[in-house]
Amino acid sequence: MKLHLKIWRQRDAQSNGALVDYDLDGIDQHMSFLEMMDTLNGQLILNGDMPVEFDHDCREGICGSCGMMVNGQAHGPVAGLTVCQLHMREFKDGATIYVEPFRAAAFPLKRDLKIDRSAFDRIIQAGGFISASTGSAIEANNLPITHDMAESAFDSAACIGCGACVATCKNSSAALFTSAKVSHLVKLPQGKLEAEKRVIQMVGQMDVEGFGHCSNTEACEVKCPQGISVLNIAMMNWEFNKSSLLG
Amino acid sequence: MPFLKSTLSRKNLMALTGLFLCFFLVIHLLGNLQLLLAADKASVSFNNYSTLLSGNIFIKIIAYILYFSIIAHAVDALVITVKNRKTAAKYAYDERKHASKWYSRNMGILGTVLLIFLVIHFKDFWYVYKFGALPLDKNGNKNLYVIVVNAFHSWWYVCIYVVSMFALGFHLLHGFKSAVRTLGLYHPRYARYVEIFGVVYSYTLTIGFSFIPVYVYITQYIK
Ligand code: HEM
Ligand code: FES
Repeated sequence: MKLHLKIWRQRDAQSNGALVDYDLDGIDQHMSFLEMMDTLNGQLILNGDMPVEFDHDCREGICGSCGMMVNGQAHGPVAGLTVCQLHMREFKDGATIYVEPFRAAAFPLKRDLKIDRSAFDRIIQAGGFISASTGSAIEANNLPITHDMAESAFDSAACIGCGACVATCKNSSAALFTSAKVSHLVKLPQGKLEAEKRVIQMVGQMDVEGFGHCSNTEACEVKCPQGISVLNIAMMNWEFNKSSLLG
Repeated sequence: MPFLKSTLSRKNLMALTGLFLCFFLVIHLLGNLQLLLAADKASVSFNNYSTLLSGNIFIKIIAYILYFSIIAHAVDALVITVKNRKTAAKYAYDERKHASKWYSRNMGILGTVLLIFLVIHFKDFWYVYKFGALPLDKNGNKNLYVIVVNAFHSWWYVCIYVVSMFALGFHLLHGFKSAVRTLGLYHPRYARYVEIFGVVYSYTLTIGFSFIPVYVYITQYIK
């Protein structure tokens, strides 16, 4: 395959960036998008240029490290995929492909396609955990949890924290990310104990980090590689309202 | 206001005022239906109804909640929209529109159309009724009917009205569902019911409110 790439290049947060044109030939249509980017970087290095920096780790769609805007959409045009799981057969030979970093006020750019998503870590640190002593696990069957509830909690826990929800949201809201953790934990008996404090603190941190309001456009669910449901957001709102009124 | 410090509480105010307006519009539409009666009957009925409403203490309370809701909703909308603009990302090449409905992304613009409409609407009917010198009908009630029907006899007024009602329809198509989510209804089955109810509600209101002026306009020529 032949490709015309328009890739966002930017030295650091302070400098100005711009789309830079690259022509690439000999791309196999079974390559993943990131392998295509590796091929480009190989050529850039041989030419003595700086490679395009981007985050990645597992390349199996499970770690949440990768993420970029491909042709104006988070993780590219195919629903339910991370960009490492996007394959070049989704594009036509000779296509022009725009590649930009995920953008949000709360995700400062580090270089090229690499952004700082530590705002997510701080939201988790604010309450996305349970306080339990380790090393003394009780018999699991002592904690009755219905199968449906366990599945539902697991669906919420499936979030890999890639940031596509924020990048695709017109307000750069982190509601889907934050709510996935809030509802994951509140659905389980272990998480209920700290539920009131958790939701207030996590929402507070989400606001401190400078994420926007949720307008319920539901674009986040559409672009989420894990298909995290927007009903998690409604659950977070419910928990938040309950805790602010009664807590 | 500490109550409005969080992104979620600001959305709660938006949702509560929005849902109150939704409730109010149902009563408003039922009242307007009287305009579909034959002219002599409609006149008596509509003016009686207006007099009845303006004298009732219960209705007065509702009216004050209504004024509060409109103002709070619009001010909160401004605060939210300005903050969202600030956090919003800009892309050189942006195809994010594929992931959501246009009206869900443009609630602020639809709302602005509604606000302009409300100013016209209050000036022409509410202000005139409350503070203007209105002719009395044969029962001694202020003759609001004449004012309304006269307005609906001009084609451009009907156009403004109908366009605004479509803006309302799209605002509600997203707004009703969104408000209930904002308040925290997360159960998949009930969330689905609310979604369906919201669609039926929005269509009913849009068609209902738009049909009345068009009907009044057309029937002036059929007699
Ligand atoms: C005065 C003019 C109006 C303006 C400027 C306005 C503006 C807005 C905006 C910007 C939103 C979206 C907030 C967001 O996405 O975060 C919104 C939501 C909403 N509006 Fe309005 N609106 C107006 C009038 C109305 C009217 C007349 C109604 C009802 C009859 C209404 C009902 C709603 C509802 C139910 C919501 C959903 C709240 C939520 O998202 O939780 N609005 N409005
Ligand atoms: S690299 Fe791990 S999800 Fe893409």
